[in-house]
Amino acid sequence: MLYREAGQFKTTYAEDQQIFPIRQDRIAMALLLVVAFVVVPMIANQYWLAAILTPFLILALAALGLNILTGYAGQLSLGTAAFMAVGAFMTYNFVLRMPWLGIIPSLVLAGLCAAGVGIAFGLPSLRIKGFYLAVATLACQFFVLWVLQRVGWFSNHSTSGVITAQKIVILGYEFVSPASKYLFTLAVVAVMALAAKNLMRSQTGRAFMAVRDMDVAASVIGIRMMGTKLLAFGISSFYCGVAGALYAFCYLGTVEPEAFSLDLSFRVLFMIIIGGVGSILGSFLGAAFITLLPIILSVLSGAFSHVTGIEISYAVLSNFELIVFGGLIIFFLIVEPQGLARLWQITKEKLRLWPFPH
Amino acid sequence: MKRKNLAITLAALAAFVAGGAQAQNEQFIPANGYWVGPYAPGGSGFFGGIIDYFQMLNTRDGGIGGVKLTWEKCETEYNNARGVECYERSKKHPPTGASVIHPLSTGITYSLIEKATADKIPVISMGYGRTDAADGRVFPYIFPLITTYWSQNTAVIKFIGRKEGGMDKLKGKKIVNLYHDSAYGKETLPVLDVQAKKYGFEVTHIAVPHPGNEQQAQWLEIRRIKPDWVILRGWGVMNPTALKAAARAGYPRDKMVGEWWSGAEEDVIPAGDAAKGYIAAAFNLPGTSFPAMQDVVKYVYNKGKGDLDDKTRIGSIYHTRGVVAGIITAEAIRDAQAKYGKKPLTGEQVRWGIEHLNIDDKRLKELGAVGLMQALKVSCMDHEGGGAVKFLQWDGKKWNVITDWISSDQSIVRPMIEQSAAQYAKEKGITPRDCSKES
Repeated sequence: MLYREAGQFKTTYAEDQQIFPIRQDRIAMALLLVVAFVVVPMIANQYWLAAILTPFLILALAALGLNILTGYAGQLSLGTAAFMAVGAFMTYNFVLRMPWLGIIPSLVLAGLCAAGVGIAFGLPSLRIKGFYLAVATLACQFFVLWVLQRVGWFSNHSTSGVITAQKIVILGYEFVSPASKYLFTLAVVAVMALAAKNLMRSQTGRAFMAVRDMDVAASVIGIRMMGTKLLAFGISSFYCGVAGALYAFCYLGTVEPEAFSLDLSFRVLFMIIIGGVGSILGSFLGAAFITLLPIILSVLSGAFSHVTGIEISYAVLSNFELIVFGGLIIFFLIVEPQGLARLWQITKEKLRLWPFPH
Repeated sequence: MKRKNLAITLAALAAFVAGGAQAQNEQFIPANGYWVGPYAPGGSGFFGGIIDYFQMLNTRDGGIGGVKLTWEKCETEYNNARGVECYERSKKHPPTGASVIHPLSTGITYSLIEKATADKIPVISMGYGRTDAADGRVFPYIFPLITTYWSQNTAVIKFIGRKEGGMDKLKGKKIVNLYHDSAYGKETLPVLDVQAKKYGFEVTHIAVPHPGNEQQAQWLEIRRIKPDWVILRGWGVMNPTALKAAARAGYPRDKMVGEWWSGAEEDVIPAGDAAKGYIAAAFNLPGTSFPAMQDVVKYVYNKGKGDLDDKTRIGSIYHTRGVVAGIITAEAIRDAQAKYGKKPLTGEQVRWGIEHLNIDDKRLKELGAVGLMQALKVSCMDHEGGGAVKFLQWDGKKWNVITDWISSDQSIVRPMIEQSAAQYAKEKGITPRDCSKES
């Protein structure tokens, strides 16, 4: 009843084209932003900020990056973690070697480096599709980590190949506390999510989707294959690169290349499968789901053993987590290939009619 | 009825989440380890040992100075991100927060260095972690106790020299360093290069990618090089794989010297006969004959409380290593209690205790740990404390001790540690502490 757009007339094109055409959505979004920016840092404790919300936002950004490539442009990629690694290591190097640059330009430059790597490894996509492309990006995953481990320059010749992220300083303010790091991450993620949302509504985004849906038809209507596919790789890698840099600078602090292993690539892939392929919202839902599920499971099992006195062994719990993930992925692939985002959309459509079913 | 049950469950859950209000006279030590995955044998054995020792102290002595020890497991899967999450979860645990952390992962240790220093929680990375943290002036909260990787490595070279009949005989010898391609594995590359230059041997570093169950190419190369010795710097499943591959390549196992993370029962038993004759370093010895281990069996396992599911693993290398970690932690808390009083201590206070650890031979005897571990003296300058290594050889059934404690070569290690720590301090803008002013 509350969620109805009756009476909201759109009198200009701008109104018709805005991101959230329904007033309730706009209010909800504004509220969400206020909560995320103001309320959460005030009420959340350190554990929530540092160990749950920050990694959630970072992984959501990585998932968003992959979603641009896989969900919107239809190019399967298993190199997400590699692009993240490029972002993390290059940000470290930019800050280290060009300290006058500042953190934001370093982040952008590192993202551009990741984009360059993404474009280079996206070249095979001009010839091959689907699983074969996935294998080509898999090569990227291994190659990038190999280079980062072998070439001492990237880790400033650290003996063990790890990098320690420098402090984030903007205009003399040091982002040290979990709350400030969370806010920094949130600001970056919010801006980039807005950019992605708009990109997908633009001509470029529509070209991506045309390529995804049928590349032959897309080229027939005049979309340049090479430019579009490589642009998708570039933008996606840029997002992943920034996410990787945040992962190192705002979350882990110290990173070895191993932290960006194939496992992480798969986790991000699961996020978009569960969250929703080809949806901005889905990236966030999927990331929330995958970061929170193991934590919820282990807290619940702790509570369970606290109440009943039966201790669940960690081996069981950890395997249970894998079983749940596997089961859910199969479930979503069969029942709702569009993921949680689609469920949300259905709910919205139902709500608009509620309480009358027709 | 159903609703009532639900309400009770929710209430219980709320009570749990709110944090046990009953925690009063307790010292909390998180057990952030791993019980699943390719490295589970190490994690479950080590944390089994720590928990068993704490349990034993609780049953036998009622804790330390009347303060009961408590712990909570958190699964890190040997994964940095999970390790950080566990750390954040455990650090505010009542009553005084996490008082000391054993990450049991070099990668996680690296991730925790700055966080733990900022939160004033000491990290004990016993026999692993960042080597240059042994310089306590730069790393006040990080303790790579007993022996660091670099110290161990110099002891390994000393052992090889001894086998060859003198350090001068090392000249022209070929040594292959087969290492796990991670922060852990790479830690010893510089110290080996320095020693190669000093003693005139030739060292080849060969990396094995994680997790290490594929080593065909590496052993082909080793066959081509025909080294006199192979140093195995493996971890988890990489070790038995290396031993089997060595057998297949016809490389003599008694010319392979493993690290202490490559020298447990779990590393050799899966390799079967291929492991016979293999030598490994150790800073703790296996067995249940030590009085401390006897107490663990008597007060914990005989009461059906032990943490290890597989009782045959009691007294295995990883288990006794956990017990050693337990002893060190307990002694540090005891020392800190002597200064700050018999009450739950904060991380900062326990840090003082660790830094002033002095477990001499007399104390080892009282603890019933003579032979189980070496004497240990920690100071503000030196966060390592021990520095000696014994070597064990596997005869197909058990580990036999083949040397006494071989001391490490601090004349090589210490300058490297200080140089590396100074570089870290410079990068991070840390002013090293003045140790003469520390009490």
